[in-house]
Amino acid sequence: MKSKDRNYFKILRAGINTTYQDLGRNNLYHIGIPFSGAMDKRNFQLLNSLLQNDYNSPVIEFAYQGPHLKYFGKDIFFCISGNVSFKIITKEGVTDGNSYQCYLLKNGDEVDIQSTNKSVYGYLSINGTFSVDYYWGSCSINTQAQIGPNNGNKFSKDLEIEIIDINNSFNKRKLDYLGSTIENIRVIKGTNYDYFSESSQNKFFKESFKITKLSDRMGMRLKGPKIENIVDPNIKSEGLVKGVIQITSAGDPIIMLSDHGTIGGYPKIATVISADFDRLVQLTPGSNIKFKNVSLEDAETLYKLYQMETDNLISQIK
Amino acid sequence: MIKNILNLGDAALYCDFGSDVNQEINSNVIKYFYHIKKLNLKGITNLTPSYNKLIISYDLNIHSFLSLKKKIENIEIKENNKLEKNLIEIPVCCDKNFALDIKRVENKLKLKSEIILEKFFSKNYFCYMTGFVAGMPFLGDLNQEMRLKRLETPRVKVPKGSVGITEQFCNIYTFETPGGWNILGNTPQNIFDTSNQSNPNLVNPGDTIKFYRITLDQYNEIKR
Repeated sequence: MKSKDRNYFKILRAGINTTYQDLGRNNLYHIGIPFSGAMDKRNFQLLNSLLQNDYNSPVIEFAYQGPHLKYFGKDIFFCISGNVSFKIITKEGVTDGNSYQCYLLKNGDEVDIQSTNKSVYGYLSINGTFSVDYYWGSCSINTQAQIGPNNGNKFSKDLEIEIIDINNSFNKRKLDYLGSTIENIRVIKGTNYDYFSESSQNKFFKESFKITKLSDRMGMRLKGPKIENIVDPNIKSEGLVKGVIQITSAGDPIIMLSDHGTIGGYPKIATVISADFDRLVQLTPGSNIKFKNVSLEDAETLYKLYQMETDNLISQIK
Repeated sequence: MIKNILNLGDAALYCDFGSDVNQEINSNVIKYFYHIKKLNLKGITNLTPSYNKLIISYDLNIHSFLSLKKKIENIEIKENNKLEKNLIEIPVCCDKNFALDIKRVENKLKLKSEIILEKFFSKNYFCYMTGFVAGMPFLGDLNQEMRLKRLETPRVKVPKGSVGITEQFCNIYTFETPGGWNILGNTPQNIFDTSNQSNPNLVNPGDTIKFYRITLDQYNEIKR
């Protein structure tokens, strides 16, 4: 490809944990490969809808501080989802951007994603496709297992991100959306719930837990009242799923997230319901969470409601 | 052969094959795993076989717990899926820089480190399952006198290649990852090959592993 025909972002600053993500890869747990995929599925879906891309198109996910990108190529639109502060730097000057709005980028323009606000993850994409390689059907980067494009590593300075298939008939679209927060994280009791003392079971649902800095795409470590195990601090290692809350031998909860280990040997006190994943992952270290017990039937209904809400948001894009 | 099916959260079936860990129960799990995998049911997003459990993850937009549970309960396993079994030899270096937990193991087992390693290397191990991180084999069984619990608090980073033990099992950390097993040494051999998408695992369930001890010089030689 001649260089003047190329459309690409050059990374001036990579940000803290910037990767490609899509909906992730299925049916690989048995060899130890988790789903991965965008941590916040709603913001992923909204972004591809805003840009009229295929529902599973790759996007750039960032955490806390995002990347600073310089664009080279023909005119293109970009959009950011999540609660994000960013600046658009053009020859005319510097302007603050808003999430869920599309902006034009010309050759030489820059996007500087300064931070996610009171949240962890944000997403950027364009009215086109990032040219990526697929591994087991997905372009999601799993840095822990080094699977995915860019040799499974997060983005680094000077990396060039190729863009193909620009949609020339695209018109700017936007969505008025302030994001969704949650007071309690709803859970279903786990398969080892009775491993814990009654007073610890009560504490688990009554007291709050602080999210520690040891939290990433793999999992979230919490600190709070010690959860007392009265049976055995270990179980025979068995499969895990996203949202499972294991209690370590030290009595602290760990919540499994998208890049989690597929097998674990700590007892499972509870599992976060699917409807609350997107809001759970956006909680920042230092914040407190409380768990609320719901039934399986309620969890299934709450998931349907959450999906309806997402579909409703998508229908409001104009 | 499935004793009981519970829910794990709102989007997975938790199939229990019994509380014991042995090769017979594990073979049943593996048989179900391959059978269901072959059925290629719509909306099944993952199957996770382990010693005595099979977890079936599903798409909540397609299945609910009760309907899928009924489907799985009605499965009859007729055919015997014979597992392909290989003997795989894996070199391990137990230099003090690699044997991160040898002191802890000495204290807990009340055995000298040389005795511990001698016992460890004297056996072949059966692969029950792979997972946790990509390609990590869960192997067994260690002799009674070699069994101890995990670390109280897992390490945030276990080095790639670490060989660890807990209870009756041993494993190999195929990537740098958090983990709580007692580390006895490190292998320079690549256990998981990302570039081989059809068969990335060196070790698969049903295989037999023989560890053999190497010196630090030999380790560095293989690494190079």
